[in-house]
Amino acid sequence: MLALLYVAVRLGRSMTVNFTPGHSSEQISTDLSNLPYYAARSLVRMFIALGVSTIFTFIYGTAAARLPRAQKILVPILDILQSIPILVFLPFSLAIFINLFSGSLLGVEAASIFVIFTSQAWNMTFSFYHSLISQPTELDEAARMYRLTKWQRFWKLDVPSSMIGLVWNAMMSMGGGWFFLTASEAVTVFVHGTSTPIELPGIGSFMGAAVEQGSFGKVIIAIVAMVIIVVGTNFLVFRPLVAWAEKFRIENSASSDTPHSVVLNVLRRSSIPGLLGRVSHPIGRALDRVTRPFGLAEYPLAIDARRKRLGDGAFWLLICGVSALGAYAGLSYLSSHVGFAHFPYLFGLGLATFARVVILLTASTLIWVPIGVKIGMDPKLSRYAQPVVQILASFPAILLFPLITLVFIKLHVSLSVGAILLMMLGAQWYILFNVIAGASSIPNDLREMGSNMQLTRRLRWRRIILPAIFPYYVTGGITAAGGAWNASIVAEFVTWHHTTLHAVGLGNYIAVQSIEGKFAFLLAAGLVMSIFVVVVNRVFWRRLYRLAESRYSM
Amino acid sequence: MNKTFTSPDGSPLTVLEDISLSLHEGEIVALLGRSGSGKSTLLRCIAGLIAPTSGQVSYRGTPLNGANPGVSMVFQSFALLPWLTVSQNVELGLEAQGVGAAERKQRAEAAIDRIGLDGFESAYPKELSGGMRQRVGFARALVVEPDALLMDEPFSALDVLTAQNLRAELLRLWSEHDFPTKAMLIVTHNIEEAVILADRIFVITSNPGRLRSEIACPFAQPRNRHDDAFGALVDEIYAIMTGSSTGAAAEIVTAVSPGEGTPTEVPLPEATVGGMSGLLEILEARGGREDLPRLAHDLTFEVDDLLPLVDAAQLLGLAEVADADIEITEQGREFVSADILVSKEIFARQAEARAPLVRAICRSLRSTKDGTLGEGFFLDLLRRGFSEEEVRRQLDIAIQWGRYGELFDFEASTGQLTLEPPTAQRPPK
Repeated sequence: MLALLYVAVRLGRSMTVNFTPGHSSEQISTDLSNLPYYAARSLVRMFIALGVSTIFTFIYGTAAARLPRAQKILVPILDILQSIPILVFLPFSLAIFINLFSGSLLGVEAASIFVIFTSQAWNMTFSFYHSLISQPTELDEAARMYRLTKWQRFWKLDVPSSMIGLVWNAMMSMGGGWFFLTASEAVTVFVHGTSTPIELPGIGSFMGAAVEQGSFGKVIIAIVAMVIIVVGTNFLVFRPLVAWAEKFRIENSASSDTPHSVVLNVLRRSSIPGLLGRVSHPIGRALDRVTRPFGLAEYPLAIDARRKRLGDGAFWLLICGVSALGAYAGLSYLSSHVGFAHFPYLFGLGLATFARVVILLTASTLIWVPIGVKIGMDPKLSRYAQPVVQILASFPAILLFPLITLVFIKLHVSLSVGAILLMMLGAQWYILFNVIAGASSIPNDLREMGSNMQLTRRLRWRRIILPAIFPYYVTGGITAAGGAWNASIVAEFVTWHHTTLHAVGLGNYIAVQSIEGKFAFLLAAGLVMSIFVVVVNRVFWRRLYRLAESRYSM
Repeated sequence: MNKTFTSPDGSPLTVLEDISLSLHEGEIVALLGRSGSGKSTLLRCIAGLIAPTSGQVSYRGTPLNGANPGVSMVFQSFALLPWLTVSQNVELGLEAQGVGAAERKQRAEAAIDRIGLDGFESAYPKELSGGMRQRVGFARALVVEPDALLMDEPFSALDVLTAQNLRAELLRLWSEHDFPTKAMLIVTHNIEEAVILADRIFVITSNPGRLRSEIACPFAQPRNRHDDAFGALVDEIYAIMTGSSTGAAAEIVTAVSPGEGTPTEVPLPEATVGGMSGLLEILEARGGREDLPRLAHDLTFEVDDLLPLVDAAQLLGLAEVADADIEITEQGREFVSADILVSKEIFARQAEARAPLVRAICRSLRSTKDGTLGEGFFLDLLRRGFSEEEVRRQLDIAIQWGRYGELFDFEASTGQLTLEPPTAQRPPK
């Protein structure tokens, strides 16, 4: 983990940023007529990132599932990437991309897209990888038996069979994407040691400018615009996609409760599918021809055991060597630039943030579990509530921070306490969302049994409801905790107009260090935060997960 | 060829041993065996989907190192791609060969017509019934004109009537002179199916899988299942598969007399206590003795459903099998006629005396101070002789039997097996 983080930092640090401020920041205007343009820019960024995530998913997921040696190393890396709070590394990725694009604004643009990408790619990749390794054996055998080429295998079997998971995950990670988009449109870049704020035209920077001006009305307008965008993309893009993906369901029977989309129905009746077919068929044929030389999706049955052992040995030697080297370099970098004496302090700050995460998870649980159960057990209610909750979950809570900050300032609330509320704002929905799903999956027979046995309220909760929603709750809890750690970086350090509030915690520390551009301290703090996340996942969530799978799965 | 898998504790587990088999032009061969006998593994070796551990599979003299280019396979679960239409599914193999679109369409259409699917070209598999889906599976396999057609239990996911209909259809097509394949190999656990279809039948034994009996089916097609000679052949195969044949094949089933043998030598048949009592009750009602094929036919059971129950009853000494006839024993009679507590006691006595794994568990538990042991102890013991999946299954069967006989109890969350207090201490009703 240390090796991985260190490489990222190193890449960013070794490049001196040559940023020519001349053609840099076009001033973000808070004129309302610019808002549609800004929103469009943000939207384009989101979808470019989604496209990049999809391509990354296909390559990484296929490699992890199909190359036995690569699997052993790619899957753990993905696991680590997933638990690293990615906002810590925004400054590094900025430095890398600005250099790649030789100091133009395009670099900032690319960095922003990269950050959004990191919020979407990991779980899409995991979903794709899992679909590949859990592919029905007989489909795999049929593909080999009928001698499909590598490309045909990928395009006719691998992609379609994982389509449902991919579309769902893309939709769910849009929420995270909006969050990072908002955080990465207004950034600080370091030119020869001095920091320069840079803003990309977008809805996040519009919000930033409005906050700087202290304009309450414009903040509200930005929030409304965001709601419209979230609802709009959901209605126009993701609902149709989810409904369309149903055709890729592997179970050979039609289920009654399939998702529908008005937009998809309209599209299907239009002339667009025919047109698409006419365009895509020649492309498909050409791709088929071009990829034929890559050979069949088949592997030799007999492998020379000695050569395999030798190859394995060399592979592991290389992997261990590289990671040991990376870890050593990272440690010596940390010891010379930060000093290990600084780490107890960082762990202390980490504990403060950890305490916030614990409190907000407890609070979200106490509030949302009863409500989620109520909604989930009532089919009529859940039909209306589910889409609303989904939108709430994908609305970037960060846009609400300025308003709440204003309230904190007015009421003299310490941010050390208030940050809990801010972090909870985004994280709580995952719990609610999953609890609703869990409660609505309780079989009707069990509920009727409960009434028939005249179970008391208490017994009904202890024996039926809580065990039934437990696996779903665990999933929600993990996601919520991950989201909360990430949110701490923007929630423990907030501004309104000319007032800045700080909370004691690792998130605040990271936010301050990124503004000051102290990369070594950022690496140290990022490492500490990652350790917190990974350790809590291993010792706490994973156990609950296993328990949920062995005892409470239906 | 031989095929061994590595057992969980590292020692080799032989699945297929000394297999030698050739498939010739113009014949239908059936591989008949119980579930777990390795017959599907053998089929996959022939298809070039998995490699034999030693020996080789050749197609027209060339050893295979990848999917066999001369065969197509029909799968038990159809293995159709649900996102492709019937004709797209059928065209898949041709597309892989790089056949042009026009020719592909024409050949697929011919195959679809031949197999009786015309009119369904643009349907998706999920809109079709099971029988129609398997027809798509056949059309997809035949359109590439393979030298041999391999079938892995192609009819066992279908209901009895549909299966019968599709089998007859397949035989009708086979008799046509331009049928696009030269030989067929079918894996099945259904004795009648094998006798109806095949020219030669190989019975595969379990643990390890060996080809021990090669049986010729000399009857002309179409075959009549009510024919005496047909019935006699079915009887003979039943006898071979239950290990009760008086002929040379008698040694097939590990003939360990009850009470002897270790848990790995005498695996527990996968039978529930409920199923076993049901079988014994029916036997008792029919006068205590019955012809196995008739029993199976009357109950519309297949070998896979019936034989484990027969084996279990035999292992526990509740029934005896001789020459495809099953007869209830004295203990068996007592077991079905007694009230529940007594019959549990009979069951417990028989299981402990005759089922090696149950006995091993009871003895081990008694030798501990508190009568408690973790399941890991027994799982490790079983790993010496079974695959990981089978290890779990064996212990689960033993736990189920032990619980029924109130010999010991099992706590799933902790994985602890605990000796039940002796029956005398049970509080009176």
